[in-house]
Amino acid sequence: MNTVFQKSPMLADMPLHYCPGCTHGIIHRLVAEALDELSVGDRTVGIAPVGCSVMAYNYFTCDFIQAAHGRAPAVATGVKRARPESVVFTYQGDGDLAAIGTAETVHAAARGENITAIFVNNAIYGMTGGQMAPTTMPGQVTQTSPYGRDPKAAGYPIRVCEMLATLDGTAYCERVSVDCVKNVRAAKKAVKKAFEIQLAGKGFSLVEVLSTCPTNWGLTPVGALEWLREKMMPYYPPGVYKDNA
Amino acid sequence: MSEKVLIKGNEAIAEAAIAAGCRHFFGYPITPQNELAAHMSRRMPKVDGVFLQAESEVAAINMIYGASAAGVRCMTSSSSPGISLKAEGLSYLAGCDLPAVVVNVQRGGPGLGSIQPSQADYFQATRGGGHGDYHILVLAPNSVQEMYSHTIKAFDLADRYRMTVMILTDGFLGQMMEPVVINNEQLTTNSEKPWAVTQGKGKNIINSLFLKPDALEKSNLDRYAKYQKVEESEPLHEGYLLDDAEIVVASYGASSRIARNAIDEARGRGIKAGLLRPVTLWPFPKKAFAKAAEKARAFVSVEMSMGQMIEDVELAIRCRRPVLLCSRVGGVAPEPAQILASILEADKEKAI
Ligand SMILES: Cc1ncc(C[n+]2csc(CCOP(=O)(O)OP(=O)(O)O)c2C)c(N)n1
Ligand code: SF4
Repeated sequence: MNTVFQKSPMLADMPLHYCPGCTHGIIHRLVAEALDELSVGDRTVGIAPVGCSVMAYNYFTCDFIQAAHGRAPAVATGVKRARPESVVFTYQGDGDLAAIGTAETVHAAARGENITAIFVNNAIYGMTGGQMAPTTMPGQVTQTSPYGRDPKAAGYPIRVCEMLATLDGTAYCERVSVDCVKNVRAAKKAVKKAFEIQLAGKGFSLVEVLSTCPTNWGLTPVGALEWLREKMMPYYPPGVYKDNA
Repeated sequence: MSEKVLIKGNEAIAEAAIAAGCRHFFGYPITPQNELAAHMSRRMPKVDGVFLQAESEVAAINMIYGASAAGVRCMTSSSSPGISLKAEGLSYLAGCDLPAVVVNVQRGGPGLGSIQPSQADYFQATRGGGHGDYHILVLAPNSVQEMYSHTIKAFDLADRYRMTVMILTDGFLGQMMEPVVINNEQLTTNSEKPWAVTQGKGKNIINSLFLKPDALEKSNLDRYAKYQKVEESEPLHEGYLLDDAEIVVASYGASSRIARNAIDEARGRGIKAGLLRPVTLWPFPKKAFAKAAEKARAFVSVEMSMGQMIEDVELAIRCRRPVLLCSRVGGVAPEPAQILASILEADKEKAI
C-alpha cells in the first residue's frame, strides 16, 4: 500500500483542542510541514502566545516557550540573540500580535530581527469568548461590540501586513487565507518562504493567515469560511506585501 | 589577575556582569541607571556579547525571558517606573523557574516621582513585584565594591536556584565613584542547563500554564521547597559594633552608610549603638535580628521609604522590642543628626 498522506513528524501524536471547523489546526500543519521539509525541526524553537493557540507547545515536537500575552516577538528576540543558529518562530493571534503586543511586533520588525511570525487573523478574541479584536471588521458584532464595531467609537481595523511592509527591517510579509484547498497550498508556500528568508538571514518575516472562528462568529464551519471570503478577504487582500528574497 | 579602578557603581555592576559571563544585556533608558546601559553598549561588542536597547522595559524583560530560556546568562537594568513594567516578566520568569539578574537603581516615587535616590521599592522587590506566589532573591550592596562583587554572586545564585536575583540599589550608589578591585578573568562559568531550549537533546518546554489545579499546586509547593532552602542558606547581613549593642540600627544600602556615622557619634556619647545591615533583603536575615534582640532594648529602622523595611524588622524580632522609624523620602537622604536623634529617642526605652 502506498502512503499518500502522512502526518508531519513535526506534529505530536495527540488530539488538538481546537473547536470543530477552526482553522488553527490547518495552520499548525502548514508550519509543521514547512519546518519538516526544510529539515530544521531539531534546531527550531517555537514561541506560543496567549490565545487559543496557547498550548501549541504541546502540539509541535520542537522546543517551545510559552510567552506572556503579546510578548512573543520579544521572547523570540531573546532566544535568537542567545542562539543565532536556531530557527525561531512565533505563533500569535490578532489580539496578541496587533493589540497588546503591537510594540513588540513593530519593533521586532523594525530591528529586522531574524525571526518568523505566524500571525493568525481571525478578527476576534477567540480564547476569552469573542471580544472585539484590533482586526474586527467595521459593523462586526462581538461580545464587546454588541451593536457592531463602530469605527467612530472603536476605531478602525489594523492591516498588519501593509503596516509592517513600510519598515526596512521587514524582509518578507505576505497575507494568505486558508478558506479553500488552493489557498491552503498558497499559504503553505508562504510559510515555507518565510522560514527560508530566516534561514538566509535576511531579517523579519511574517505570514498573516486569515483564519476562522466559527464558535465566536456564531457560524457553522462552512458558513465561517464563506464569511471569511466575503467579508474579510476584500478588507484584508491576500498577497505579498514585501519580499526582499 | 585583578586590578584597582575608580568607577561608578552603575559601571561596576556592568563590569561584574561581564566578568560573571553575562553576554546578553537588554535594557531601556531611564535615569539614574543610564551609566549601566551605556557601559554595556560600549563593552558588549568588545567581548562578542549582545547589547540591545529594547522598545520598553516590558520588551526587555521578555527578551531576558527568551535568552534565559535558551540557557545563557543575561541581565536587564532599570529604575523604579521601569521595574513596575517588568513585573509581568518577573512573574513569568518565576513561573518557569528561569534564572535572571535584574538591577533596580531606585528613584523617588510613586508615579514619575523624581530622579533622586530612594529606597521606596523595598516592598515591591522583597514581595516579588508581580502576580502570583513567588519570591525573587534581593541583594542590597552599600558600596561600589559590593556593587561589583554582589553582581557576580547574583549570577551564581540565579543559576543555582533557577530564580531571579535583583540588585536593589539607588541613584546614590549608582552614580558614586569609588575604587574597586575588579577581576580580569572570567570568574564563574555557566552551569549546565539541560532544561533550556536549544539543547538539542529532546524536546524542552518552558511554560507556566497548568490546566489542572493539583498540578499547579504541586509546582508551587516544589518552588516553595526551593525558597525554603534559600531562606536557610542565603541570608546575609553585616554587623557594625553589634555585639554589645543596646540600640540596634537597621539600615541597608546607601542609608546604612549614613547610619554608621550616626552610630559612631552615639558611641562617642556613651550610647551602645550598633548597626545591623541586611545585605539580602529577601531572604531577610531574620536570625541575626532575633539574636540582636536578645541584648537590644530598642531598634531603629533607617530607610529612605515611609516605613517599609520596618515591618520585616518587627516580624523578625516578633515585636518583642520597640522599633522606631527614621526616614526621609522623595529623593532626600536622612542626615546623621536625624539618625542620632532617633537613636537618642530609642535610648529612652527602659532596660529589659
Ligand atoms: C495580560 C493579559 N491580559 C489579558 C489576558 C486574557 N486573554 C487571554 S487570551 C486573550 C485574547 C486572545 O485573542 P487572540 O490573540 O486574537 O487569539 P485567539 O484566541 O483568537 O486565537 C486575552 C485577552 C491575559 N491572559 N493576559
Ligand atoms: S474559539 Fe475560535 S479560534 Fe478558538 S479554537 Fe474555537 S474556533 Fe478556534
